[in-house]
Amino acid sequence: MGFERFGTVSFTTETKAADFINYLEKGQVSATRCKKCGRVYFPPRVQCADDLTTEVEWTSLSESGTLLTFTQVNYGPSGFENDTPYTLAVVEFDEGIRVFGRLDKTIPSGDIKVGMKLRAERLNLAEGKISYQFVKA
Amino acid sequence: MEKDVAIVGVGQSAFVRGSDMAVRELCFLAFSEALEGLKLKSNQIEASIICSAPEYDKQRSPAGVIAEYLNLIPNPTMYVETVCSSSTTGLRVGYSLIKSGLHNVVAVIGFQKMSELSSRDAAERMGRGGDIIWESPFGLTMPAGYAMYARAHMAAYGTTEEQMAKVRVKNSSYGSLNAKAVYRKILTLEEIMQSEPVTTPFKRFDCCANADGASCIILASKGVAEKLTGKPVWIMGLGSATDSTSMSGRKVLTGLSCAKNAAKQAYDMAGIGPEDIDVAEVHDCFTISEILAYEDLGFAGPGEGPKLIDEKQTYLDGKIPVNVDGGLLSKGHPIGATGGSQVRTIVKQLRGEGKDIQVKKATIGLVHNIGGVGIYGNVTILGR
Repeated sequence: MGFERFGTVSFTTETKAADFINYLEKGQVSATRCKKCGRVYFPPRVQCADDLTTEVEWTSLSESGTLLTFTQVNYGPSGFENDTPYTLAVVEFDEGIRVFGRLDKTIPSGDIKVGMKLRAERLNLAEGKISYQFVKA
Repeated sequence: MEKDVAIVGVGQSAFVRGSDMAVRELCFLAFSEALEGLKLKSNQIEASIICSAPEYDKQRSPAGVIAEYLNLIPNPTMYVETVCSSSTTGLRVGYSLIKSGLHNVVAVIGFQKMSELSSRDAAERMGRGGDIIWESPFGLTMPAGYAMYARAHMAAYGTTEEQMAKVRVKNSSYGSLNAKAVYRKILTLEEIMQSEPVTTPFKRFDCCANADGASCIILASKGVAEKLTGKPVWIMGLGSATDSTSMSGRKVLTGLSCAKNAAKQAYDMAGIGPEDIDVAEVHDCFTISEILAYEDLGFAGPGEGPKLIDEKQTYLDGKIPVNVDGGLLSKGHPIGATGGSQVRTIVKQLRGEGKDIQVKKATIGLVHNIGGVGIYGNVTILGR
Protein backbone atom coordinates (compact mmCIF):
# COMPACT_ATOMS: atom_id res chain seq x y z
CA MET A 1 0.00 0.00 0.00
CA GLY A 2 1.05 3.56 -0.43
CA PHE A 3 2.26 3.58 -3.99
CA GLU A 4 -1.15 4.55 -5.38
CA ARG A 5 -0.16 8.10 -4.43
CA PHE A 6 2.35 8.22 -7.29
CA GLY A 7 1.39 10.08 -10.45
CA THR A 8 -1.72 11.62 -11.97
CA VAL A 9 -3.34 8.23 -12.61
CA SER A 10 -2.03 5.27 -10.61
CA PHE A 11 -2.25 1.64 -11.64
CA THR A 12 -0.21 0.05 -8.85
CA THR A 13 -0.73 0.07 -5.11
CA GLU A 14 2.02 -2.30 -4.00
CA THR A 15 5.70 -2.35 -4.84
CA LYS A 16 8.77 -3.02 -2.74
CA ALA A 17 10.20 0.09 -4.39
CA ALA A 18 7.58 2.27 -2.65
CA ASP A 19 10.35 3.97 -0.67
CA PHE A 20 10.67 6.07 -3.82
CA ILE A 21 7.71 8.07 -2.46
CA ASN A 22 9.38 8.60 0.93
CA TYR A 23 12.45 10.06 -0.79
CA LEU A 24 10.21 12.10 -3.05
CA GLU A 25 8.49 13.58 0.04
CA LYS A 26 11.94 14.87 1.03
CA GLY A 27 12.35 16.37 -2.44
CA GLN A 28 14.65 13.69 -3.84
CA VAL A 29 14.07 11.76 -7.08
CA SER A 30 15.99 8.54 -6.50
CA ALA A 31 17.39 5.53 -8.30
CA THR A 32 18.62 2.29 -6.71
CA ARG A 33 22.10 0.78 -6.84
CA CYS A 34 22.85 -2.93 -6.48
CA LYS A 35 25.35 -3.26 -3.63
CA LYS A 36 26.88 -6.34 -5.25
CA CYS A 37 27.47 -5.29 -8.88
CA GLY A 38 27.03 -1.52 -8.57
CA ARG A 39 24.47 -1.32 -11.37
CA VAL A 40 22.21 1.72 -11.01
CA TYR A 41 18.55 1.19 -11.82
CA PHE A 42 16.04 3.74 -13.00
CA PRO A 43 13.14 2.97 -12.84
CA PRO A 44 14.25 2.02 -9.32
CA ARG A 45 13.91 -1.57 -8.13
CA VAL A 46 14.96 -3.47 -5.05
CA GLN A 47 15.80 -6.72 -6.86
CA CYS A 48 18.86 -7.05 -9.10
CA ALA A 49 18.27 -9.70 -11.77
CA ASP A 50 22.00 -10.02 -12.52
CA ASP A 51 23.01 -10.90 -8.98
CA LEU A 52 19.66 -12.26 -7.80
CA THR A 53 19.98 -10.10 -4.72
CA THR A 54 17.78 -7.64 -2.87
CA GLU A 55 20.79 -5.83 -1.40
CA VAL A 56 20.28 -2.42 -2.95
CA GLU A 57 20.71 1.17 -1.78
CA TRP A 58 18.84 4.32 -2.76
CA THR A 59 20.76 7.10 -4.50
CA SER A 60 19.66 10.60 -5.54
CA LEU A 61 19.90 11.89 -9.09
CA SER A 62 22.48 14.59 -9.76
CA GLU A 63 21.37 18.22 -9.63
CA SER A 64 21.44 18.74 -13.37
CA GLY A 65 20.40 16.71 -16.38
CA THR A 66 20.15 17.17 -20.15
CA LEU A 67 16.92 17.03 -22.17
CA LEU A 68 17.22 14.18 -24.71
CA THR A 69 13.76 14.35 -26.26
CA PHE A 70 10.21 15.54 -25.64
CA THR A 71 6.70 15.67 -27.06
CA GLN A 72 3.72 17.87 -26.31
CA VAL A 73 0.69 15.58 -25.92
CA ASN A 74 -2.67 17.00 -27.05
CA TYR A 75 -4.75 13.83 -26.58
CA GLY A 76 -4.38 12.03 -23.27
CA PRO A 77 -5.60 8.62 -22.15
CA SER A 78 -8.42 8.14 -19.60
CA GLY A 79 -7.85 10.24 -16.53
CA PHE A 80 -5.73 12.78 -18.38
CA GLU A 81 -8.53 14.43 -20.39
CA ASN A 82 -8.35 17.65 -18.40
CA ASP A 83 -4.59 17.60 -18.17
CA THR A 84 -3.69 18.26 -21.81
CA PRO A 85 -1.58 19.69 -23.25
CA TYR A 86 1.37 18.31 -21.27
CA THR A 87 4.94 17.68 -22.32
CA LEU A 88 6.59 14.27 -21.80
CA ALA A 89 10.36 14.04 -21.84
CA VAL A 90 13.42 11.88 -21.32
CA VAL A 91 16.26 13.53 -19.39
CA GLU A 92 19.75 12.14 -18.92
CA PHE A 93 21.49 12.81 -15.64
CA ASP A 94 25.22 12.97 -15.09
CA GLU A 95 25.47 9.37 -13.95
CA GLY A 96 24.14 8.31 -17.38
CA ILE A 97 20.77 7.54 -15.81
CA ARG A 98 17.82 8.31 -18.07
CA VAL A 99 14.57 9.40 -16.49
CA PHE A 100 11.17 9.68 -18.15
CA GLY A 101 8.75 12.28 -16.82
CA ARG A 102 7.01 15.55 -17.52
CA LEU A 103 8.31 19.06 -18.07
CA ASP A 104 7.20 21.91 -15.82
CA LYS A 105 4.08 23.38 -17.48
CA THR A 106 5.32 26.93 -16.92
CA ILE A 107 8.26 26.52 -19.35
CA PRO A 108 7.11 28.30 -22.54
CA SER A 109 6.98 25.78 -25.42
CA GLY A 110 9.29 27.99 -27.50
CA ASP A 111 12.00 27.62 -24.85
CA ILE A 112 12.02 23.81 -24.93
CA LYS A 113 15.13 22.58 -26.76
CA VAL A 114 16.87 19.22 -26.86
CA GLY A 115 20.11 19.71 -24.91
CA MET A 116 18.69 22.18 -22.37
CA LYS A 117 19.63 21.71 -18.72
CA LEU A 118 16.93 20.51 -16.34
CA ARG A 119 16.62 19.15 -12.85
CA ALA A 120 14.02 16.84 -11.31
CA GLU A 121 11.78 18.31 -8.63
CA ARG A 122 8.97 17.03 -6.42
CA LEU A 123 5.48 17.92 -7.65
CA ASN A 124 2.50 17.87 -5.31
CA LEU A 125 -0.73 16.91 -7.07
CA ALA A 126 -4.37 17.17 -6.01
CA GLU A 127 -5.80 14.80 -3.36
CA GLY A 128 -2.47 14.10 -1.68
CA LYS A 129 -0.90 12.58 -4.77
CA ILE A 130 2.73 13.16 -5.57
CA SER A 131 4.98 13.07 -8.65
CA TYR A 132 8.08 14.73 -10.05
CA GLN A 133 8.65 17.08 -12.95
CA PHE A 134 11.61 18.52 -14.80
CA VAL A 135 12.25 22.23 -14.23
CA LYS A 136 14.89 24.53 -15.71
CA ALA A 137 18.22 23.99 -13.92
CA MET B 1 19.75 -20.81 -47.77
CA GLU B 2 18.02 -23.79 -46.26
CA LYS B 3 14.72 -24.58 -47.92
CA ASP B 4 12.99 -26.39 -45.12
CA VAL B 5 10.01 -24.30 -44.00
CA ALA B 6 7.79 -22.60 -46.59
CA ILE B 7 4.85 -20.27 -46.68
CA VAL B 8 2.31 -21.95 -48.93
CA GLY B 9 -0.68 -19.67 -48.40
CA VAL B 10 -1.45 -16.10 -47.33
CA GLY B 11 -4.67 -14.22 -46.85
CA GLN B 12 -6.26 -11.23 -45.20
CA SER B 13 -9.67 -9.70 -44.80
CA ALA B 14 -10.19 -6.13 -45.88
CA PHE B 15 -9.03 -3.83 -43.08
CA VAL B 16 -11.95 -1.57 -42.17
CA ARG B 17 -13.25 0.84 -39.54
CA GLY B 18 -16.17 -0.60 -37.55
CA SER B 19 -16.59 -3.99 -39.22
CA ASP B 20 -20.06 -5.58 -39.24
CA MET B 21 -18.50 -9.03 -38.81
CA ALA B 22 -17.58 -10.96 -35.69
CA VAL B 23 -13.88 -11.66 -35.05
CA ARG B 24 -14.25 -15.32 -36.06
CA GLU B 25 -15.92 -14.27 -39.35
CA LEU B 26 -13.07 -11.87 -40.12
CA CYS B 27 -10.64 -14.75 -39.45
CA PHE B 28 -12.63 -16.94 -41.85
CA LEU B 29 -12.06 -14.40 -44.65
CA ALA B 30 -8.29 -14.43 -44.11
CA PHE B 31 -8.20 -18.21 -43.71
CA SER B 32 -10.21 -18.95 -46.85
CA GLU B 33 -8.03 -16.62 -48.96
CA ALA B 34 -4.90 -18.34 -47.59
CA LEU B 35 -6.22 -21.78 -48.61
CA GLU B 36 -7.28 -20.63 -52.11
CA GLY B 37 -5.79 -22.92 -54.75
CA LEU B 38 -4.27 -25.31 -52.19
CA LYS B 39 -5.39 -28.91 -51.97
CA LEU B 40 -5.59 -28.60 -48.22
CA LYS B 41 -8.54 -29.11 -45.92
CA SER B 42 -8.89 -27.52 -42.51
CA ASN B 43 -8.49 -30.86 -40.77
CA GLN B 44 -5.09 -31.38 -42.43
CA ILE B 45 -3.70 -28.37 -40.60
CA GLU B 46 -1.81 -29.97 -37.74
CA ALA B 47 -1.64 -26.97 -35.40
CA SER B 48 -2.84 -23.38 -35.26
CA ILE B 49 -1.35 -20.29 -33.66
CA ILE B 50 -3.77 -17.46 -32.91
CA CYS B 51 -2.38 -13.95 -32.45
CA SER B 52 -3.88 -10.69 -31.15
CA ALA B 53 -3.45 -8.09 -28.44
CA PRO B 54 -5.76 -9.42 -25.71
CA GLU B 55 -6.44 -6.09 -24.03
CA TYR B 56 -8.57 -5.14 -27.07
CA ASP B 57 -10.47 -8.44 -27.24
CA LYS B 58 -13.88 -9.05 -25.75
CA GLN B 59 -13.44 -12.84 -26.02
CA ARG B 60 -11.25 -14.31 -23.33
CA SER B 61 -8.81 -16.91 -24.69
CA PRO B 62 -9.79 -16.45 -28.36
CA ALA B 63 -7.66 -19.32 -29.73
CA GLY B 64 -10.20 -22.01 -28.85
CA VAL B 65 -13.18 -20.24 -30.41
CA ILE B 66 -11.33 -19.45 -33.62
CA ALA B 67 -9.90 -22.98 -33.92
CA GLU B 68 -13.42 -24.35 -33.45
CA TYR B 69 -14.94 -21.99 -36.04
CA LEU B 70 -12.31 -22.83 -38.68
CA ASN B 71 -12.59 -26.61 -38.10
CA LEU B 72 -9.06 -26.75 -36.73
CA ILE B 73 -10.03 -28.89 -33.72
CA PRO B 74 -9.10 -31.39 -32.28
CA ASN B 75 -5.56 -30.41 -33.32
CA PRO B 76 -3.54 -28.21 -30.95
CA THR B 77 -4.05 -24.47 -30.92
CA MET B 78 -2.25 -21.80 -28.92
CA TYR B 79 -2.22 -18.08 -28.42
CA VAL B 80 0.77 -15.81 -29.03
CA GLU B 81 1.08 -12.13 -28.19
CA THR B 82 3.64 -9.37 -28.68
CA VAL B 83 1.11 -6.55 -29.30
CA CYS B 84 1.54 -5.12 -32.82
CA SER B 85 4.07 -7.80 -33.82
CA SER B 86 2.00 -10.74 -32.57
CA SER B 87 1.50 -12.43 -35.94
CA THR B 88 5.19 -12.45 -36.90
CA THR B 89 5.95 -13.82 -33.43
CA GLY B 90 3.32 -16.44 -34.33
CA LEU B 91 5.26 -17.06 -37.56
CA ARG B 92 8.42 -17.63 -35.50
CA VAL B 93 6.61 -20.15 -33.30
CA GLY B 94 5.10 -21.84 -36.36
CA TYR B 95 8.53 -22.09 -37.99
CA SER B 96 9.84 -23.78 -34.83
CA LEU B 97 6.98 -26.29 -34.72
CA ILE B 98 7.78 -27.37 -38.27
CA LYS B 99 11.57 -27.20 -38.02
CA SER B 100 11.42 -29.36 -34.88
CA GLY B 101 9.55 -32.03 -36.81
CA LEU B 102 6.55 -31.83 -34.50
CA HIS B 103 4.15 -30.72 -37.25
CA ASN B 104 4.11 -30.47 -41.05
CA VAL B 105 1.38 -27.88 -41.64
CA VAL B 106 0.67 -24.94 -39.33
CA ALA B 107 -1.72 -21.97 -39.64
CA VAL B 108 -0.83 -18.58 -38.12
CA ILE B 109 -3.95 -16.46 -37.73
CA GLY B 110 -3.80 -12.85 -36.54
CA PHE B 111 -6.76 -10.59 -35.86
CA GLN B 112 -8.04 -7.54 -34.06
CA LYS B 113 -11.37 -5.87 -33.91
CA MET B 114 -10.48 -2.48 -32.52
CA SER B 115 -14.10 -1.38 -32.76
CA GLU B 116 -15.13 -3.96 -30.14
CA LEU B 117 -14.16 -1.35 -27.57
CA SER B 118 -15.78 2.03 -27.01
CA SER B 119 -13.42 4.94 -27.58
CA ARG B 120 -13.52 5.46 -23.81
CA ASP B 121 -12.32 1.89 -23.18
CA ALA B 122 -9.72 2.24 -25.92
CA ALA B 123 -8.40 5.38 -24.23
CA GLU B 124 -8.17 3.46 -20.95
CA ARG B 125 -6.15 0.66 -22.65
CA MET B 126 -4.00 3.31 -24.34
CA GLY B 127 -2.92 4.54 -20.92
CA ARG B 128 -1.62 1.12 -19.87
CA GLY B 129 0.68 0.41 -22.83
CA GLY B 130 3.76 1.74 -21.09
CA ASP B 131 5.36 0.64 -17.81
CA ILE B 132 2.32 0.91 -15.51
CA ILE B 133 4.32 1.52 -12.33
CA TRP B 134 6.71 4.22 -13.51
CA GLU B 135 5.55 5.73 -16.80
CA SER B 136 1.81 5.35 -17.36
CA PRO B 137 1.12 7.64 -14.33
CA PHE B 138 2.50 10.51 -16.47
CA GLY B 139 0.03 9.94 -19.33
CA LEU B 140 2.33 8.19 -21.81
CA THR B 141 0.69 7.09 -25.08
CA MET B 142 1.95 5.10 -28.09
CA PRO B 143 2.03 8.14 -30.38
CA ALA B 144 3.92 10.08 -27.68
CA GLY B 145 6.54 7.35 -27.41
CA TYR B 146 7.24 7.38 -31.15
CA ALA B 147 7.05 11.19 -31.19
CA MET B 148 9.96 11.25 -28.75
CA TYR B 149 11.96 9.13 -31.22
CA ALA B 150 11.01 11.59 -33.96
CA ARG B 151 12.19 14.56 -31.87
CA ALA B 152 15.47 12.83 -30.99
CA HIS B 153 16.08 12.02 -34.68
CA MET B 154 15.33 15.62 -35.64
CA ALA B 155 17.75 16.92 -33.00
CA ALA B 156 20.52 14.50 -33.94
CA TYR B 157 20.30 14.64 -37.74
CA GLY B 158 18.22 17.67 -38.70
CA THR B 159 15.35 15.50 -39.93
CA THR B 160 12.33 17.66 -40.78
CA GLU B 161 8.57 17.29 -40.46
CA GLU B 162 8.37 17.61 -44.28
CA GLN B 163 10.61 14.58 -44.69
CA MET B 164 8.34 12.58 -42.39
CA ALA B 165 5.30 13.79 -44.34
CA LYS B 166 6.91 12.53 -47.56
CA VAL B 167 6.62 8.98 -46.20
CA ARG B 168 2.86 9.47 -45.93
CA VAL B 169 2.72 10.96 -49.43
CA LYS B 170 4.41 7.82 -50.82
CA ASN B 171 2.35 5.37 -48.78
CA SER B 172 -0.94 7.11 -49.56
CA SER B 173 -0.17 6.87 -53.27
CA TYR B 174 0.18 3.07 -52.97
CA GLY B 175 -2.68 2.81 -50.48
CA SER B 176 -4.96 4.22 -53.18
CA LEU B 177 -4.28 1.03 -55.18
CA ASN B 178 -4.98 -1.36 -52.29
CA ALA B 179 -8.61 -2.50 -52.24
CA LYS B 180 -8.12 -3.89 -48.72
CA ALA B 181 -6.81 -0.63 -47.21
CA VAL B 182 -8.83 1.57 -44.84
CA TYR B 183 -7.43 4.81 -46.22
CA ARG B 184 -7.36 5.07 -50.02
CA LYS B 185 -7.20 8.81 -50.54
CA ILE B 186 -4.00 10.23 -52.02
CA LEU B 187 -2.63 12.89 -49.68
CA THR B 188 -0.52 15.88 -50.62
CA LEU B 189 2.42 17.16 -48.61
CA GLU B 190 0.39 20.27 -47.74
CA GLU B 191 -2.59 18.28 -46.46
CA ILE B 192 -0.31 16.24 -44.23
CA MET B 193 1.61 19.26 -42.93
CA GLN B 194 -1.61 21.13 -42.19
CA SER B 195 -3.39 18.30 -40.38
CA GLU B 196 -4.08 18.87 -36.68
CA PRO B 197 -1.29 18.33 -34.12
CA VAL B 198 -1.64 15.08 -32.12
CA THR B 199 1.58 14.90 -30.15
CA THR B 200 4.40 17.07 -31.42
CA PRO B 201 5.93 16.73 -33.98
CA PHE B 202 3.17 14.35 -35.15
CA LYS B 203 0.10 15.58 -36.89
CA ARG B 204 -2.95 13.49 -37.64
CA PHE B 205 -1.62 12.20 -40.95
CA ASP B 206 1.69 11.13 -39.42
CA CYS B 207 -0.28 8.44 -37.58
CA CYS B 208 -1.91 5.23 -38.78
CA ALA B 209 -5.51 4.47 -37.89
CA ASN B 210 -7.01 1.68 -35.80
CA ALA B 211 -8.82 -0.93 -37.87
CA ASP B 212 -10.64 -4.25 -37.77
CA GLY B 213 -9.26 -7.19 -39.70
CA ALA B 214 -7.60 -10.58 -39.83
CA SER B 215 -4.65 -12.21 -41.58
CA CYS B 216 -3.55 -15.79 -42.14
CA ILE B 217 -0.28 -17.52 -43.06
CA ILE B 218 -0.10 -21.25 -43.87
CA LEU B 219 3.31 -22.82 -43.20
CA ALA B 220 4.47 -26.22 -44.38
CA SER B 221 7.53 -28.44 -44.19
CA LYS B 222 9.59 -28.88 -47.37
CA GLY B 223 8.13 -32.23 -48.36
CA VAL B 224 4.54 -31.11 -47.93
CA ALA B 225 5.05 -27.59 -49.31
CA GLU B 226 6.27 -28.81 -52.67
CA LYS B 227 3.22 -31.08 -53.02
CA LEU B 228 0.81 -28.28 -52.07
CA THR B 229 2.04 -25.48 -54.31
CA GLY B 230 4.24 -24.75 -57.26
CA LYS B 231 5.19 -21.42 -55.71
CA PRO B 232 6.49 -22.02 -52.20
CA VAL B 233 8.07 -19.00 -50.52
CA TRP B 234 10.86 -20.02 -48.15
CA ILE B 235 11.68 -18.60 -44.75
CA MET B 236 15.34 -17.63 -45.15
CA GLY B 237 15.95 -15.63 -42.01
CA LEU B 238 14.21 -14.91 -38.73
CA GLY B 239 15.30 -12.32 -36.18
CA SER B 240 13.62 -11.31 -32.97
CA ALA B 241 14.69 -9.02 -30.13
CA THR B 242 13.30 -7.08 -27.18
CA ASP B 243 14.06 -3.66 -25.69
CA SER B 244 13.00 -2.12 -22.38
CA THR B 245 9.33 -1.22 -22.08
CA SER B 246 10.25 1.87 -20.07
CA MET B 247 11.48 4.92 -21.98
CA SER B 248 13.96 5.43 -19.12
CA GLY B 249 15.58 2.12 -20.03
CA ARG B 250 16.26 3.00 -23.67
CA LYS B 251 19.94 3.38 -24.48
CA VAL B 252 19.28 4.83 -27.96
CA LEU B 253 16.47 7.20 -28.99
CA THR B 254 17.39 7.74 -32.66
CA GLY B 255 16.56 4.19 -33.75
CA LEU B 256 14.89 1.03 -32.47
CA SER B 257 17.46 -1.30 -30.90
CA CYS B 258 15.03 -4.25 -31.09
CA ALA B 259 14.77 -3.79 -34.87
CA LYS B 260 18.53 -3.45 -35.33
CA ASN B 261 19.20 -6.60 -33.32
CA ALA B 262 16.47 -8.55 -35.09
CA ALA B 263 17.73 -7.43 -38.51
CA LYS B 264 21.25 -8.60 -37.77
CA GLN B 265 19.99 -12.03 -36.71
CA ALA B 266 17.80 -12.34 -39.80
CA TYR B 267 20.54 -11.27 -42.23
CA ASP B 268 23.04 -13.62 -40.56
CA MET B 269 20.63 -16.55 -40.70
CA ALA B 270 19.86 -15.87 -44.38
CA GLY B 271 23.53 -15.25 -45.18
CA ILE B 272 22.72 -12.00 -46.97
CA GLY B 273 22.83 -8.24 -46.35
CA PRO B 274 20.47 -5.30 -46.80
CA GLU B 275 21.73 -4.76 -50.36
CA ASP B 276 20.22 -8.13 -51.32
CA ILE B 277 16.65 -7.17 -50.39
CA ASP B 278 14.41 -6.48 -53.41
CA VAL B 279 11.28 -5.33 -51.59
CA ALA B 280 10.40 -4.61 -47.95
CA GLU B 281 7.36 -4.15 -45.74
CA VAL B 282 8.17 -2.08 -42.67
CA HIS B 283 6.13 -1.17 -39.61
CA ASP B 284 5.10 2.41 -40.43
CA CYS B 285 2.69 2.95 -37.54
CA PHE B 286 3.94 6.55 -37.71
CA THR B 287 5.83 8.31 -40.49
CA ILE B 288 9.06 8.46 -38.44
CA SER B 289 8.80 4.69 -37.89
CA GLU B 290 9.46 4.07 -41.59
CA ILE B 291 12.49 6.38 -41.58
CA LEU B 292 13.88 4.65 -38.48
CA ALA B 293 13.29 1.29 -40.23
CA TYR B 294 15.36 2.37 -43.28
CA GLU B 295 18.28 2.93 -40.92
CA ASP B 296 17.71 0.03 -38.51
CA LEU B 297 17.51 -2.41 -41.45
CA GLY B 298 20.65 -0.99 -43.11
CA PHE B 299 18.91 0.42 -46.22
CA ALA B 300 20.44 3.76 -45.17
CA GLY B 301 23.20 4.75 -42.76
CA PRO B 302 22.47 6.38 -39.38
CA GLY B 303 20.75 9.72 -40.02
CA GLU B 304 20.48 9.05 -43.77
CA GLY B 305 16.96 7.63 -43.75
CA PRO B 306 15.35 10.97 -44.65
CA LYS B 307 17.58 11.21 -47.73
CA LEU B 308 16.17 7.91 -48.98
CA ILE B 309 12.63 9.29 -49.03
CA ASP B 310 13.82 12.68 -50.39
CA GLU B 311 15.36 10.82 -53.33
CA LYS B 312 12.30 8.57 -53.72
CA GLN B 313 14.51 5.50 -53.40
CA THR B 314 11.77 3.64 -51.54
CA TYR B 315 9.21 4.09 -54.33
CA LEU B 316 8.30 1.18 -56.60
CA ASP B 317 11.06 1.97 -59.09
CA GLY B 318 13.63 3.05 -56.49
CA LYS B 319 16.66 1.26 -55.08
CA ILE B 320 14.65 -0.45 -52.32
CA PRO B 321 10.85 -0.28 -52.63
CA VAL B 322 9.20 -0.09 -49.17
CA ASN B 323 5.53 -0.49 -48.25
CA VAL B 324 4.25 -0.66 -51.81
CA ASP B 325 0.90 -1.86 -50.41
CA GLY B 326 0.43 1.48 -48.65
CA GLY B 327 1.81 0.35 -45.30
CA LEU B 328 0.03 0.62 -41.97
CA LEU B 329 -0.49 4.32 -42.72
CA SER B 330 -2.92 3.38 -45.51
CA LYS B 331 -4.07 -0.11 -44.61
CA GLY B 332 -4.87 0.70 -40.99
CA HIS B 333 -3.58 -1.27 -38.03
CA PRO B 334 -5.64 -4.18 -36.67
CA ILE B 335 -2.90 -4.96 -34.18
CA GLY B 336 -2.72 -8.76 -34.19
CA ALA B 337 -3.36 -8.98 -37.95
CA THR B 338 -0.76 -6.49 -39.13
CA GLY B 339 2.34 -8.72 -39.34
CA GLY B 340 0.44 -11.34 -41.32
CA SER B 341 -0.73 -8.68 -43.77
CA GLN B 342 2.87 -7.53 -44.28
CA VAL B 343 3.96 -11.13 -44.89
CA ARG B 344 1.09 -11.55 -47.36
CA THR B 345 2.28 -8.58 -49.42
CA ILE B 346 5.86 -9.88 -49.59
CA VAL B 347 4.75 -13.44 -50.46
CA LYS B 348 2.60 -12.09 -53.31
CA GLN B 349 5.56 -10.02 -54.53
CA LEU B 350 7.85 -13.06 -54.55
CA ARG B 351 5.24 -15.11 -56.39
CA GLY B 352 4.98 -12.35 -58.99
CA GLU B 353 1.35 -11.66 -58.06
CA GLY B 354 1.79 -8.01 -57.10
CA LYS B 355 -0.06 -6.70 -60.18
CA ASP B 356 0.16 -2.88 -60.30
CA ILE B 357 2.51 -2.78 -57.32
CA GLN B 358 4.78 -5.61 -58.51
CA VAL B 359 8.50 -4.94 -57.98
CA LYS B 360 10.38 -6.26 -61.00
CA LYS B 361 12.40 -9.44 -60.44
CA ALA B 362 11.65 -9.58 -56.74
CA THR B 363 13.28 -12.72 -55.35
CA ILE B 364 14.11 -11.75 -51.76
CA GLY B 365 11.80 -9.75 -49.50
CA LEU B 366 11.87 -8.53 -45.91
CA VAL B 367 9.21 -7.93 -43.27
CA HIS B 368 9.89 -5.60 -40.30
CA ASN B 369 7.14 -5.79 -37.67
CA ILE B 370 7.42 -3.95 -34.34
CA GLY B 371 5.43 -4.43 -31.12
CA GLY B 372 4.74 -1.47 -28.85
CA VAL B 373 7.00 1.57 -29.03
CA GLY B 374 10.01 -0.53 -30.05
CA ILE B 375 9.58 -3.16 -27.34
CA TYR B 376 9.43 -6.21 -29.62
CA GLY B 377 11.18 -6.37 -33.00
CA ASN B 378 10.68 -9.13 -35.57
CA VAL B 379 12.50 -9.18 -38.91
CA THR B 380 11.68 -11.94 -41.39
CA ILE B 381 13.47 -12.58 -44.68
CA LEU B 382 11.62 -14.53 -47.36
CA GLY B 383 12.87 -15.92 -50.67
CA ARG B 384 11.51 -17.94 -53.54
